[in-house]
Amino acid sequence: MDPENTSQPVPPVEARKRAVTIFGVGTAGITMAGQLASEDFTGAKLVALNTDHSVVATGSEMIHLEGKLLRGLGTGGDPERGRGLAEEHFQRLKTTCAGVEVVFLLAGLGGGTGTGVCPVLARAARESGALVLAFVTLPFVCEGNQRQRLARQGLDELTTVADGVICLPHQMAAKLLDEHAGFADTFRASAQLLIEGLRGVWRLLMHRGLIEIHFAELCAVLRAGHGESCFATVESAGLGRATATIEKLSAHPLLDGGQALAGAETVLVSLLGGPDLAMADVNRVMSELNEHCPKSRIIMGAAVDESFRDRLAVTIIATGRPAVSAKREPSKPEKAGLPTSMPGFETELLHPTKPERPGSRHLPPAPALSLEQREQILAQQTGKSGRARKPGPRMKQITLPLDIVNKGRFDKSEPTIHKGEDLDLPTYVRRGVALN
Amino acid sequence: MFDSSSIIVGLEIGTSKVCAVVGEMNDDGALNIIGVGQARTRGVRKGEIIDARAVEEDVRHAIVEAEQMADVEIRSVYLGVTGGHIRGFNNRGVHPVVSADREISDEDVLDVVKNAKAINLPQDNTVLHAIRQHFLVDGHDGVTDPVGMLGARLEVDVHVVHGHLNRLQNAIRVVKGMQLEVNEVVFNGLASSLAVLSNEQKELGALVIDIGGGTTDYVVYCGGVIKHTGVLAVGGDHVTNDLAFGLKVPQGRAEQLKIENGSALVDDAVKGQTMNITSELGLPLNTVNLEHLRRIMAMRLEEGFQLIAQDLAPAGLLEYLRAGVFLCGGGARIPEIARLAEQVLELPVTIGKTSSVSGLKSTLDQPEFATAIGLVRFGSFKFRKREVRPTLGQNLKSVFSKLLPR
Repeated sequence: MDPENTSQPVPPVEARKRAVTIFGVGTAGITMAGQLASEDFTGAKLVALNTDHSVVATGSEMIHLEGKLLRGLGTGGDPERGRGLAEEHFQRLKTTCAGVEVVFLLAGLGGGTGTGVCPVLARAARESGALVLAFVTLPFVCEGNQRQRLARQGLDELTTVADGVICLPHQMAAKLLDEHAGFADTFRASAQLLIEGLRGVWRLLMHRGLIEIHFAELCAVLRAGHGESCFATVESAGLGRATATIEKLSAHPLLDGGQALAGAETVLVSLLGGPDLAMADVNRVMSELNEHCPKSRIIMGAAVDESFRDRLAVTIIATGRPAVSAKREPSKPEKAGLPTSMPGFETELLHPTKPERPGSRHLPPAPALSLEQREQILAQQTGKSGRARKPGPRMKQITLPLDIVNKGRFDKSEPTIHKGEDLDLPTYVRRGVALN
Repeated sequence: MFDSSSIIVGLEIGTSKVCAVVGEMNDDGALNIIGVGQARTRGVRKGEIIDARAVEEDVRHAIVEAEQMADVEIRSVYLGVTGGHIRGFNNRGVHPVVSADREISDEDVLDVVKNAKAINLPQDNTVLHAIRQHFLVDGHDGVTDPVGMLGARLEVDVHVVHGHLNRLQNAIRVVKGMQLEVNEVVFNGLASSLAVLSNEQKELGALVIDIGGGTTDYVVYCGGVIKHTGVLAVGGDHVTNDLAFGLKVPQGRAEQLKIENGSALVDDAVKGQTMNITSELGLPLNTVNLEHLRRIMAMRLEEGFQLIAQDLAPAGLLEYLRAGVFLCGGGARIPEIARLAEQVLELPVTIGKTSSVSGLKSTLDQPEFATAIGLVRFGSFKFRKREVRPTLGQNLKSVFSKLLPR
């Protein structure tokens, strides 16, 4: 058992003691881990792992993998070198993971270190008896095909060795911000999204639940998604927090305005509240979700934590999202400019709550507000986060360009839009029914 | 104008076919279908014309065929229109009765109907129909003919069907460009309902769903009057398109598969079955899973009915349909579609047949001719009205005969 882990102060009453190590692998991974270090992840050991000396990790232990071949110059974007290096240091990695129950991997795929080392590290961790969950990013489309391909390969490898992989394409985060957002900001936003996901899983694991979601269940869900899972974590506080939570979920950028949920095969929902968590609140959130994904298997977990009094956090992990979703024409700006179109997911505004500093930096304001109000709120959010971003981030409902449905003979005609759905697309595609 | 002649022609320019039906009024006012002409259309999408020249040619084919069959010359038609832009809603007009004796006169009725038609429509829209439902005299509901009654305030409920003026004009222009007169423009759904429903069924309450190639038109009758109309710009073409996409076959092949192997329900017998598609030369091209075919179709059709049910639900109209649901249009030919509709709408569903018109049996029984026959029927109502009104000549004659007693 690692001395640093055992010497941790006793965590809160309901929290569970688990030896957890978070690895930041490669430059991207270390940067993310650095961002993580500033957040509250009590009880976790942070380890930065790199092949060169380019990045200095803050607040974490540093491991350098060095080989005679590379002369300290790093992998040079070649995953094979990364892999070779990691194999060389396999024993060392294994000892680092010894006695750890859960290992989180943070990495950016597409480069040399992250792509090459991660699968090996995951294997080492598993061999030493730990459960492995990987949180990885995929490169921007503009980074080129080569990198994309490498990243995909790395993702495939990782999926086979890790217990669960949650993957976030950078491109997705980029689409959430507007054109003028800084390059670095985009990376940071993407990392932040991933960290939100990690936080959600963290909570899930660390809190003893009233209705427990076993780690095995989580892994099973993640495995079923073949790496294509989407996740969302939202938090709200105060009176009417259930309603606020639902609203935030429905507007969450990573859920595609609820489309991801509608097509999901399995949806894992974890609720975390204080001792004052009301049955009605749970009921409200769950019934909304049930309504929204009637065809998917919903796994629900609920936990109570003293420190969450008057707060409610919900983490959703949805897998088996449809391979296709409607491709919106970019020339047509959505009326609201916000992910509001979500059929059947209308929330009542019975208990309006004050918008608090949100758990997510990218909390889109309530869709019911006017455009100006929304922009104002967004501007406030950016102001609070202490970063100067010229205009507030424009939230856009985006879809991954995974597969484009050709509208066939209706390609050129005026689309038939009914309650936000394009009826010209095949019904089975919109409902996410798989034919195989 | 052919006031003297008793020929009435209904022309429907549908998404998949142009259909002209020739009807003849005999002396006792009964309608007889004497000719039908049809042609496949190119250049119509979702019920609206996108290639006027191609459509003109197709219309000409249909008209010529109908003329030959009926052995008449067609000079004017009742034109059916549809399209996603057409909407229906209910409106009420009010008119105070100002005459000294408070007796409601014909003029009052005309005025109140005029008031009811004065509605605030989007700028480019025009009223297609304003169909009277009921009159109210001093707040008393259910008056069908208020002339001669006493009252201070006359109101009327009308069902207004309106659409985009320019888009409606497109169809009219095509027909006018062929030296044909357009007597009147009629909403397809309304025409179909006239063909399919008997008065008794209208009284009981009925829903007519016309599933065409590009659109699905539906009309609700309650208590003998039209309560609701709607157009869903989804039709048989969408089914074909879905199949083409889902089964990865060309559109033409998808259409063929739909007609030959389609069904609105996925039955157990078809599960796991596959079918080989061969080219004209007998070479195998593709393998199609029949279960997928059915499932794709079933989902699309089911969604259509669900959307209609959703549209009718807010007004609670589904509870009033005691005569049930009637399907017509080409979509009614899909096997098992009535059962699917029954499952979704939870009402008795039948395939609509034209019963109130005599003539070519083979034509009357086919659901896809319902609209065109309905157009003829619509024309026959107008025709009767016109007949009642004496012509100028007859008027003069009677005046003279009065002035010059023999």
